[in-house]
Amino acid sequence: MKTETNLETGGVNMARRSFLRYAGAGAAAVAVLGASSCRKSDYYPPTDTSTLPHIDIGTGDIGILNYAYALEQLEAAFYLQVIATPYSGMSSIETSYLTDIRDHEVLHRDFFKAAIGSAAIGTLTTDFSSINFSDRTSVLTAAKLLEDTGVTAYDGAGYLIQSADYLTIAGKIVSVEARHAALISNLLKAGSFADTDQIDQNGLNKSATIAEVLAGANGFLKTKVYATNFNYPKV
Amino acid sequence: MNLFNIIDEIEKVDPEIHERLNPRRAAIKNITSFGSKVALAAMPFALGTMFKKAYGAASTTDILGVLNYALTLEYLEAYFYNQGTASGVIPAANSAYIAEITDDENKHVTFLKNVITSLGGTPVTSPTFDLTAGNNKGNGPFKDVLTNYTTFLAVAQAFEDTGVRAYKGAAPILLGNQVVLTAALSIHAVEARHASAIRLLRHDLGHDANIRPWIVSTSAKGNDTGVALIDGNYAGEENVTQGGVNLVTALGVSTGVATASFDEPLTKDQVLALLVGSFIVTP
Repeated sequence: MKTETNLETGGVNMARRSFLRYAGAGAAAVAVLGASSCRKSDYYPPTDTSTLPHIDIGTGDIGILNYAYALEQLEAAFYLQVIATPYSGMSSIETSYLTDIRDHEVLHRDFFKAAIGSAAIGTLTTDFSSINFSDRTSVLTAAKLLEDTGVTAYDGAGYLIQSADYLTIAGKIVSVEARHAALISNLLKAGSFADTDQIDQNGLNKSATIAEVLAGANGFLKTKVYATNFNYPKV
Repeated sequence: MNLFNIIDEIEKVDPEIHERLNPRRAAIKNITSFGSKVALAAMPFALGTMFKKAYGAASTTDILGVLNYALTLEYLEAYFYNQGTASGVIPAANSAYIAEITDDENKHVTFLKNVITSLGGTPVTSPTFDLTAGNNKGNGPFKDVLTNYTTFLAVAQAFEDTGVRAYKGAAPILLGNQVVLTAALSIHAVEARHASAIRLLRHDLGHDANIRPWIVSTSAKGNDTGVALIDGNYAGEENVTQGGVNLVTALGVSTGVATASFDEPLTKDQVLALLVGSFIVTP
């Protein structure tokens, strides 16, 4: 079967090699998962979406890492804009918090780009035309949406990760996203850090599928992100 | 090797193979009761070793071990907030804020007990706790935890941040288990929300002017809480290398940004060593 041997070729430094050493196993494993949802007898090829401008995250663990990379690109671009054009009345402590979050998201973005290496998707072009960056409520509402989505995305995709190392790295990031989400919620409405819109009746954070997350995230993207190996767009 | 054909071969003897492999299939998507969802979590294991690698599947024993470990930590957190609520240490202005967390922790206890029972296991009983960290003497280093709100919130922060680390450390044992891993990650995220909220409260009340909702370590010290007694709970948070990439030297960020952007895991042994003999009374 096809493996992702291109990851081991020229230009990949030792650190990246170490990070990606499970890539082959991940690709094989996800082939099984893919097969489980597309039995040969009723498998139909995806509708031809190649004419629409899009980027596909790919397969296996690399696909999941690219999925995370796409979301971090979106978050980083958003907070870069928030700090570049502060909303009216942004307090000093809000500026401080939002600058921290910007720095975290930019680092998450750059980390994934470095770690995924040659298999990384390209740079996404964002579309924030629905956000009024001069208005506090508009900005914080969008921030809450992005942070809450990030948490549900990592929680919902965690089980698809085949490498324990990758799962741990995803875990290291998702708790920071949850810290962001709680803060942003508290800034919008004090005490709303674990409200019923994000926490279910068992006290669990909600989670979301790749298809659900990308359907929302693509609203902020000019270049759409697809995950054809993870049932998005649905065929 | 053609994995697609393996699925077809199995289908000849097990027409339900697709449903077994993928609990999201339409055939069972209408099963919504919690017990049924948890029962599904165990299904991949019935397939035997063929897919052990694919799912990275832990044994049910290992999964129950993680769940009972998580339950022990939730017992501690629930007991802590319940005692705090009963003691009157929480000012009225913060009662709703803390009540949200208390409610979540009590729900986590109930939830984990139900999951363990649904998987055929037996929930552990609650250990004895000493919230002063005095190992049942009641006069430990946090002896005013239920009378001094500053101490109460410092201990709350340690528990929440440590809880985040504990769930993170246990997650790889649940690799590939859609239901149980997703549930564990979902509790993990709620603990992180709590940690952020307690940190914000400590900042806003002036208990610690420098505390942030995220853990900002220095290269020398993981602990950013200003409470030296809990240094061990933050040991390792100063790590700046992720997946072989040194974030400071390779990506040019400060140690503060590098450490705040990634939370670090703790193993079960590390967590229990921090708690047993102090907050958890030695059995």
